[in-house]
Amino acid sequence: MARRRDPVDVVLVGFGWTASIIAQELTGEGLEVLALERGEYRDTVPDFAVPHIQDELRYAVRKQIFEAPRRETLTFRNNRQQRALPMRHLGSFLPASGVGGAGVHWNGQAWRFLPQDFELRDFVEQRYGKNFIPEHMQLQNWGVTYDELEPYYDRFEYLCGVSGQAGNIAGIRQPGGNPFEGPRRRDYPLPPLKRSASTVLFDKAAREAGMDSFPCPAANTSEAYLNPLGVQMGKCTYCGFCEWFGCGNYSKASPQTTILPVLLKKDNFRFRTHCDVVRINTDTGGKRATGVNYVDADGETWEQPAEMVVLCAFAQHNVHLLLLSGIGKPYDPETGEGVVGRNYAYQITSSVDVFQKEILNPFMGAGALGQGVDNYNTGNFDHGPQGFIGGGYIALWNTGGRPILQHYLPKDAPHWGSGWKKAMRENYLTATSIATHGSVMSYRHNYLDLDPTWRDVYGNPLLRLTFDFQPNEHAMSNFLTDRATDIARAMHATSIHPKPRKGHYSIIPYQTTHNTGGAAMGDDPRTSFCNRYLQAWDMPNLWVMGASVFPQNAGYNPTGTVGALTFWAAEAMKRYIRRPGPLVMPS
Amino acid sequence: MAAGMSRRTFLKTTALSMPAATVLMGCSGEDQGETAEYVFFTAAEAAFIDAATSRLIPGDELGPGAHEANVPGFLDLQLAGAYGRAERWYMKGPWPTGTDQQGFQNRLTPAGIYRAAIADIDEYCRSTYGKPFATLPHAQQDDVLKGLEANKVKLRHSPANTFFALLWQNTQEGFLADPVYHGNRDFIGWKLIGFPGPRYNYVGEIEDYGKPYKMPCVSLAGRHPDRSIRET
Repeated sequence: MARRRDPVDVVLVGFGWTASIIAQELTGEGLEVLALERGEYRDTVPDFAVPHIQDELRYAVRKQIFEAPRRETLTFRNNRQQRALPMRHLGSFLPASGVGGAGVHWNGQAWRFLPQDFELRDFVEQRYGKNFIPEHMQLQNWGVTYDELEPYYDRFEYLCGVSGQAGNIAGIRQPGGNPFEGPRRRDYPLPPLKRSASTVLFDKAAREAGMDSFPCPAANTSEAYLNPLGVQMGKCTYCGFCEWFGCGNYSKASPQTTILPVLLKKDNFRFRTHCDVVRINTDTGGKRATGVNYVDADGETWEQPAEMVVLCAFAQHNVHLLLLSGIGKPYDPETGEGVVGRNYAYQITSSVDVFQKEILNPFMGAGALGQGVDNYNTGNFDHGPQGFIGGGYIALWNTGGRPILQHYLPKDAPHWGSGWKKAMRENYLTATSIATHGSVMSYRHNYLDLDPTWRDVYGNPLLRLTFDFQPNEHAMSNFLTDRATDIARAMHATSIHPKPRKGHYSIIPYQTTHNTGGAAMGDDPRTSFCNRYLQAWDMPNLWVMGASVFPQNAGYNPTGTVGALTFWAAEAMKRYIRRPGPLVMPS
Repeated sequence: MAAGMSRRTFLKTTALSMPAATVLMGCSGEDQGETAEYVFFTAAEAAFIDAATSRLIPGDELGPGAHEANVPGFLDLQLAGAYGRAERWYMKGPWPTGTDQQGFQNRLTPAGIYRAAIADIDEYCRSTYGKPFATLPHAQQDDVLKGLEANKVKLRHSPANTFFALLWQNTQEGFLADPVYHGNRDFIGWKLIGFPGPRYNYVGEIEDYGKPYKMPCVSLAGRHPDRSIRET
């Protein structure tokens, strides 16, 4: 029997980016807010201090600051004919554990999605007709538009001190920026980062190849920055240890570097670490969330009553919790009915390695120090003749030159022995790689549910992921890889090595931690779990944050959009507090 | 160190309870390389590891290799510690065989895989060549390693290519990780490729396009990790 804690106004499940934003906004309304975090407390000092944090083996290779599959993992299969097996160690994606969540270990690649991404079904139908959509592709509108989200993108970018070059301010093209981006109200808070040798090469080559190159938006500070909350950030030193590390320099935006110094001082905010939320509680009619149950570090179960429950865990963990709690109708791929677990999506990536003679010093870098082209993202080109839906950006990210995982060798280099040594010596300082970052649509047979066999440390069924890349995504990714190859050729390289994404999706190699869907937002309760304000259709005091609400995935890193959606939802919550109830009535 | 506690016992105890970076504080410089006392490996296993990693990254005209960089000492502490025990991994059965896309499905931990595979490989070498791996000529050692890599040598406990992939990955780690983990001694790996270590600030150099970076290597424990270890 769970012991009962004193009630709070708002309980947040998880304490990463979305929880920090919601907590900051709702404590400002005078509410008592509590965050429950399964991992540990972490702060810039001492946990990310230099040089301690610049340890490739401990963090990037042994994955010290990510979730431990021993406690929580999922099972995976490519299709329903297979038996799903546990993901026994991390590989394809790296969810975080601990205060700050994945906001601690991301690179800071802070994009906005395109206006048409939010109305993708309408966009595709209007431009190419209904028959262009492949069978079983579940294209959906988000229920929110780019124009509605624009003020909230702006708030997130100014919170983070994003460095970049605007391409479109209020409809007016800006030289040097991304000409395809949706209109923004004002410039980025900071100018672009310095360019590294490899991004200079990419810029020149992309222009030669006829594409529009621009500095990618970076939540790494190009200058010292004081954010709107009064939190001071330091100028990035290009140390090359961003992704999979915390930042020791207060330069990469994270909850710790942008919000927590203010939030943690508030009397009406509290958080508890090493508290694993295992269930969302509801009233007997199932119409209202009454709080959560969690297990603390001593293994004791507690009931935490709350007026509002906000799911702020990593994408698939929100979905897992809904399924374990029996909230919402689980998705059934047989009938296509149900919403919890529906529309799981991911991204499809590829790369082209480039070998040339100039010294590039790849170790001088930053997580979002990149030069990109957006000519082949969703609506930015006519993909009708190519026969696919979606798209993505192509970029050269100079994130660092960490020697174990960030070295590139020519295709014909010996795998080991003296030949490997020679290839390492000849290429480490001079090789680089161009990445493509493609969208993945949602499909009838890609989904999340509960596994029938394997269980987590609490004896609860693991989440089961059924997912594979579909022909549409392979066609799109191959097209992007070919365009990246065009740029690589223009870099006047000694040799290039295109690495298209081939075959079935594999859980093994790292691809991206951009897992999406499973609790989609939308304008129809039959195909979405929450309404356009991220409020559960059937339970108005339950809200879902993060990429679990994406109806399908776009060809950009998701954090910028996650941040914007969270501010958007927070504004809606403020209206809800004054007049509790559903903010949207199903039509 | 507690009086009456041997260095080996100290290492054994600490390796099981602390991260490797902490373990090395109890270790003297003379402990490394060919005279090392191993925490995890038996003498026969250590001989295999030293010989195998020396073929994977040999000392040659480009400079010293895995042996000189103390990759065997690195592997020993890694396998004795949290990584060797698969401490963070999900290791609950059942254990059906999966597809190539479903990843690691072996009930053995990394330490268990090494222990079983080394015994299997030495047995294979004895039956094929009449000697354990470590005493074979280089050409035959290379043939065995190629056979493992291509999964042509059959091992009893793990697929040969699974073990080879693990050994090769861990060998690269030992050659290229920060010296605080006992490998990459004297920055041998980093000097080979030109990585200066966690230097932290390149604001002044990042726009010096095409110019070599001249500063010497640093470790998480400074310019002379071995010296600072001895003094601790």
